[in-house]
Amino acid sequence: MNGERTAIDLWVGAFVALGIGAMLFLALKVGNLVSFGSPPGYRIEARFDNIGGLKLRAPVKAAGVVVGRVEDVRLDPKTYQAVVTLKIDRDYEFTADTIASILTSGLLGEVYIGLDAGGDTKMLGDNGRVTKTQSAVILEKLIGQFLLDKAAGGGK
Amino acid sequence: MPSVAATLAGALRRMGSGTLGAIARLGYAARFSVAVVRETPAAFARLHLTVREIYFSGVLSLVIIAVSGLFVGMVLALQGYDVLQRYGSDESLGVLVALSLVRELGPVVAGLLFASRAGSAITAEIGLMKATEQLSAMEMMAVDPLARVVAPRFWGGVIAMPLLAAIFSMLGIYGAYLVGVKLIGIDVGAFWANMQANVDFRYDIVNGIIKSVVFGIAVSLIAVFEGFDAKPTAEGVSSATTRTVVGSSLTILALDFVLTVFMFRGLR
Repeated sequence: MNGERTAIDLWVGAFVALGIGAMLFLALKVGNLVSFGSPPGYRIEARFDNIGGLKLRAPVKAAGVVVGRVEDVRLDPKTYQAVVTLKIDRDYEFTADTIASILTSGLLGEVYIGLDAGGDTKMLGDNGRVTKTQSAVILEKLIGQFLLDKAAGGGK
Repeated sequence: MPSVAATLAGALRRMGSGTLGAIARLGYAARFSVAVVRETPAAFARLHLTVREIYFSGVLSLVIIAVSGLFVGMVLALQGYDVLQRYGSDESLGVLVALSLVRELGPVVAGLLFASRAGSAITAEIGLMKATEQLSAMEMMAVDPLARVVAPRFWGGVIAMPLLAAIFSMLGIYGAYLVGVKLIGIDVGAFWANMQANVDFRYDIVNGIIKSVVFGIAVSLIAVFEGFDAKPTAEGVSSATTRTVVGSSLTILALDFVLTVFMFRGLR
């Protein structure tokens, strides 16, 4: 009886170790544990005329490197602009004249915010505001504009 | 020959009593669940009983979970590759497989297999104990069957299920790696790097584990309840086992929908 119980204990121990190992594998190899919870960082705000298909938790990239995430998107009821709150990793600082633009990786890829730092000596602090922004390119509007130009050119 | 009115009245009466019976059974199940959870200290005070149940419902389910996980991952990789390569994004195969396994297929398929492999066994065992009056004998000896028989089986299932789901997902991803990288020849770096860039620990993996814990609780509760509530005959035990598998499978699928609505709403 006692011997059998030890064998069962051994099996259960191995099973639990295997299960926890699988969870660790999922956490470390499949997911990226670095993004666990919300990494320490600071928030900056950017206002756009149109955010296109930007979603919550979309990446914020500078020179192609992910430096933060979109944390909140809402509409300013007075100016009718989209107010986007970005959470930037603590390790990175951006100049006060940084340009924020809404970009798409590839034709069908994900929408993200690109930050281009300027030459200002002042840095954006917590709750800082990006003043220079570039809205999303709406493909339909672009095509409409193109057709309009074409029609105007043909009339001449 | 009964009149039409009498037949209709009879049908109506049966429907009413059936509904009332089902509601009463649900109430009894709720009362039973609270009683089982209250016996939690008993399950951990006599740990060897719970460890034994982890062995029976977890270790013995390992083979079916491992083999199914491997094959599900391999099939996902083949089918996913077929569609993805049409859009020139076959390097996202790792993301597709990892997200579908970690978010949905891992907990759900492991839960369905767990219900049919371990849940049915738990119901049959408790039902047979009831049919052979072992439970009554325990009560006569002032041993509470809830503490001695039911609570360890419940906790064994609750502990085993998330571990089985994690093993299922891990082997599924390994199967996809075998097919995607070794067989088809996707770049190994792109396979893992895209996966790591797009699978979030908090939103994908933790939510998947929460799902598997919830399914473990649901399946184990249904299994012990159906066993405890079985009619103490051979026929009663067999129909209780069937009810466990059918009921817990449907519960898993319904719960999965509800949990997914709450967890992944408004993301991406």
